[in-house]
Amino acid sequence: MTAFQVEVRVMPRAALLDPQGQAVQHALAALGFEVSRVRVGKHLVLDVEAASGAEATARARAMCDRLLANPVTEDFDVVVRSA
Amino acid sequence: MRRVAVVVFPGTNCEVETLHAAEEAGSDAYYVWHGEADLRQADVVILPGGFSYGDYLRSGAIARFSPVMGAVVAHAAAGGPVLGLCNGFQILCEAGLLPGGLLRNAGQHFVSRPVQLRVEATDTPFTNRFTRGETIQLPVAHGDGRYVADAQTLTELEGTCRVVMRYVGHNPNGSTDDIAGITNAGRNVVGIMPHPERRTASLDGAEGARVFQSMEARDATHPARAVRVLGDHLRV
Repeated sequence: MTAFQVEVRVMPRAALLDPQGQAVQHALAALGFEVSRVRVGKHLVLDVEAASGAEATARARAMCDRLLANPVTEDFDVVVRSA
Repeated sequence: MRRVAVVVFPGTNCEVETLHAAEEAGSDAYYVWHGEADLRQADVVILPGGFSYGDYLRSGAIARFSPVMGAVVAHAAAGGPVLGLCNGFQILCEAGLLPGGLLRNAGQHFVSRPVQLRVEATDTPFTNRFTRGETIQLPVAHGDGRYVADAQTLTELEGTCRVVMRYVGHNPNGSTDDIAGITNAGRNVVGIMPHPERRTASLDGAEGARVFQSMEARDATHPARAVRVLGDHLRV
């Protein structure tokens, strides 16, 4: 078994309103930073043991499907690297 | 008298009012802790409001994996009535017992205020004491109440009259099509964002009590098809 670090990025669906992103965008504008769009998501870092990178990736995707992301409202991507 | 299980998760905070409202309506109501796998012969299950598991990750996302939820899913699959109030509605969506999801209010703020609602479906175990099209007032108190679903789901909900309640006049959270509550295809699982348990004995109205009185109606636990055959004139 090898130690892997899995990074999961979960983002609200692009088509859906992201009021948190809008609030951040407005706050940035108030500070003089003009940004055309802000979206706020989640970044999770998981330390896992797996036989291979492929297995670690498959397990991370299964975790996203079941718990870490809501398929109705969110998209996710997974990056796996050796710890 | 129906046996009503009020499920309590860590972070649930509306269970006392919910239990009281069910008792006032004549039910034999009792708490079931989230770690229990047995609903103790419940006729009806209620998932009350609150902030289960601190709303960590997403509202309702962690509660849906509690041991008790296996029993709730089995109860629903057997046609048993299930009501989700606020956080309970969020849990039912996360558990896949209701379609769609509930996202952060469009205005970002937590909204705690009375709202006007139109009751759109009265052939459910929790709304049969209302008149279709009736406007009622109930309080809302939530940060994640903006209902969203894909276009196909929305078309199906509307086409099969599965929107149970809709905000009238003012939409407090930006919910799609002003949706405040829905039911499943079997019409035995209902989720609503408002808090009927907080308006059962108000000085200026007690519409919330009728949600709980509906559970005690004679035909409340019959399959939806049988209810439709009976017709509205035979309702208790």
